[in-house]
Amino acid sequence: MSNHDTEKQHITPYWVYGLILVILLACTFISVDVVHYDLKAWSVGIALGIACIKGTLVLAYFMHLKFDNVLFKILVAAVIMLFVSFILLTFVDYLYR
Amino acid sequence: MTTTIPYKSYLEPHGKYRGLLDWLTSTDHKRIGLMYMYAIGVFFMIGVLLGLLMRIELFSPGETIMGPQTYNGIFTVHGVIMIFMVVIPGLSAVFGNLFMPIMIGAKDVAFPKLNLFSWYIFICGAILAVLSQFTGNGPPDTGWTFYAPYSTQTGTNVIMAVTAAFVLGFSSILTGLNFIVTIHRMRAPGMTWFKMPLFPWALYSTAWIQLLATPIVGITLLMLIAERLFKIGFFDPALGGDPILFQHLFWIYSHPAVYVMILPAMGVITEIIPTFCQRKVFGYKAIALSSIAIAGVGYLVWGHHMFTSGMSFTARWVFSFLTFVVAVPSAIKVFSWVATMYKGSIALKTPFLYSVAFIFLFMIGGLTGLSLGSLATDVHVHDTAYVVAHFHYIIFGGMGFAFFAALHYWFPKMYGKMYNQRIADIAWLINFIGFNILYFPQFVLGLQGMPRRYFDYLPQFETGEILSTIGGFILFAGLIMMITNLINGYRKGEKALDNPWGGSTLEWTIPSPPPMENFDTPPVVSNEPYDYE
Amino acid sequence: MSDVAIKHDEHRDDIGAKLGMWLFIFTELLLFGGLFLVYAVYRNIYPEDFHLGALQLNVTLGTLNTIVLLVSSMTVAMSITAIQKGNSKLSMRLVLLTLLLACVFLVNKYFEWGAKFEHDLYPGSDLVLQFKRGSIIFFGLYFFMTGLHMFHVIVGMVVLMVLWFKLKNTTINKDDHVLLENGGLYWHLVDLIWIFLFPLLYLVT
Ligand code: HEM
Ligand SMILES: [Cu+2]
Repeated sequence: MSNHDTEKQHITPYWVYGLILVILLACTFISVDVVHYDLKAWSVGIALGIACIKGTLVLAYFMHLKFDNVLFKILVAAVIMLFVSFILLTFVDYLYR
Repeated sequence: MTTTIPYKSYLEPHGKYRGLLDWLTSTDHKRIGLMYMYAIGVFFMIGVLLGLLMRIELFSPGETIMGPQTYNGIFTVHGVIMIFMVVIPGLSAVFGNLFMPIMIGAKDVAFPKLNLFSWYIFICGAILAVLSQFTGNGPPDTGWTFYAPYSTQTGTNVIMAVTAAFVLGFSSILTGLNFIVTIHRMRAPGMTWFKMPLFPWALYSTAWIQLLATPIVGITLLMLIAERLFKIGFFDPALGGDPILFQHLFWIYSHPAVYVMILPAMGVITEIIPTFCQRKVFGYKAIALSSIAIAGVGYLVWGHHMFTSGMSFTARWVFSFLTFVVAVPSAIKVFSWVATMYKGSIALKTPFLYSVAFIFLFMIGGLTGLSLGSLATDVHVHDTAYVVAHFHYIIFGGMGFAFFAALHYWFPKMYGKMYNQRIADIAWLINFIGFNILYFPQFVLGLQGMPRRYFDYLPQFETGEILSTIGGFILFAGLIMMITNLINGYRKGEKALDNPWGGSTLEWTIPSPPPMENFDTPPVVSNEPYDYE
Repeated sequence: MSDVAIKHDEHRDDIGAKLGMWLFIFTELLLFGGLFLVYAVYRNIYPEDFHLGALQLNVTLGTLNTIVLLVSSMTVAMSITAIQKGNSKLSMRLVLLTLLLACVFLVNKYFEWGAKFEHDLYPGSDLVLQFKRGSIIFFGLYFFMTGLHMFHVIVGMVVLMVLWFKLKNTTINKDDHVLLENGGLYWHLVDLIWIFLFPLLYLVT
């Protein structure tokens, strides 16, 4: 017997993907539009924040993380944390030079 | 006994083709392991010969057999070969492939074809590394670290050597990927995570480093190539780049990479010591989890290679602190090994001797590592022979001796033959003595101020340098003796038993050499490993 | 988790295959991660020069390409739903549509890069070398990052083509579609990276 019989399959309905796309596009327009306001230091933060939201949506829905094995979620989180610690430690150098 | 039943071992022909092609097209994990071993064995000997050439040059002050440029080229290839082609793939690709699937009760790795593919990539990378010596404008002279901005400016054939390192890294990534999936998905029924032997545990942690750290050096090397080809300026101060950033990126990978070398070595030692003491390993969970801890914290200490680079002062003490933290799990392992021996019935066989040598040399390497990790002392000895001695104690005394231990431990299983144990013991002694005469003087020389990567030196260092060269030749003799003994064992050794050492892990329950499919019926595991009581 | 059900199964291990794909994706993420780190460092050193550099980029084309990639990400995700429902015709069409969108992306990029080259804006050009140091780095990063991303788009297109053929000869079918899922994951990765590249390069003004 192969594994996938025992594991119940999750079929994402088409409309969910459609909805996600709409949200993603909306986010894109917001972040393009935000550029025109003078938000100073915030602008990068907002652009990145929106990108993070978009990235999370892609990971969760398009890439099925939400419905997949927990192991995958843990691993993705761990990899992101690892990358963040690379950035932080490197900046311990650059910010204090 | 199962040995009396005829079966087809993995060494016998089994594919469509005969002879060499039968091997080159085989996806059997044991065969791939052996293929890695033969390739790595050749690279190792080349590296050793290059090392000896450098030692001869340093036998007396002034130009002895080569000029500075040749010397620069030789220490670069020596480093590239030894690091990227010998120690990084070494234990995991050879003994990981040979025995990890058997130890977890699997038939093969998760992706056997990918496994063979990794071997081919490895060979391609190796060929590129060799080609870089003979094409372009002369052999690269940057050292294996390829530090910018020199590496972006020197006229030598850096691009090809860097490409070689990139390709070799790719092979390493794929091996790591394969092992992680194998260990997650293919353990025998009943083998829970904490019933898994400790060598697979070590390989598991290692695989995560190979997988997640290698891409960083991959992109760094690509940037270096782009910089040379298109003047992008990432690391060139004249174009706005920061050479120190290169060092950051390089060591984000290369420090974890030293754990790729040493973790499997620790895993091997953890297999051997319980077997030859016939005692349950002390602190099983502590050893398993400390591997993971080393892999995790090992990502965060890279800056200790950059104390004198101009990094911020805050970063220096942070990295120094983290370096001391990572020493803790390593020390836990040493205590566990020693505690396992306590009150055991110790059999002083060759693999055990190599393991004891490992512990001794690793301790010296590790403690001197701490003195390098502490900021103030490092500033004094950075880029001196002290560093050379330190990392040879770790990589050669640690990983290298563990490799020899593994070789002598699993040899009867791999080939179904036994080597001459007396000669093996003598070779061990010569290796051990030679090693210490070769590298110990370099600690002293370094403290006295002998710089690293120099083809010449002041007369006051002569005694130490001569001693060191003599040690090199003793070690070389020991290595030759060890290798001939093993080859003789393979050719005309007596037949080995299925379980010559009384080991308790799954590979000792199957015939020697193992059959093609490893197990007739998939094993079911119920007890913990190392259950000798 | 995997402790409970470990099977010795000669046929297939879908979870294993997917785990393998995810691990591969991690390596790709960190490959680009290294670049993002470089970006962060230099942006921190040269905020103004990056600002000036970003002004030279064509936000309209960039936005267009973002939309194209997002839509293509959806179509490839839908193709999995289609095959799960047994509709391999639709699944093939969706894969083909994704491929088409990938082509649109490349054509767009061609015009974008082409315009840059026309204005002598490429690494090592005499014009760029006269810029302030931060802008030199910005253009270096721009070309290197989008170039590497483009390389991944091309690899992704090859993957999509393979998927299409496998759907055609029913190697990928209702009961066995882990290949399609893995191929899809790769394509989403391409999208995911662009989601971060786009604001960092085009919108940091
Ligand atoms: C008989 C064996 C060996 C000898 C005689 C030897 C000798 C040497 C010498 C003389 C140097 C140059 C030091 C300098 O001038 O800065 C060197 C560097 C080095 N060796 Fe070895 N070595 C041996 C084995 C190994 C092994 C087994 C490894 C790795 C596991 C290794 C890794 C390195 C590395 C990474 C460097 C640094 C290269 C560089 O500075 O770029 N060596 N070795
Ligand atoms: Cu280090």
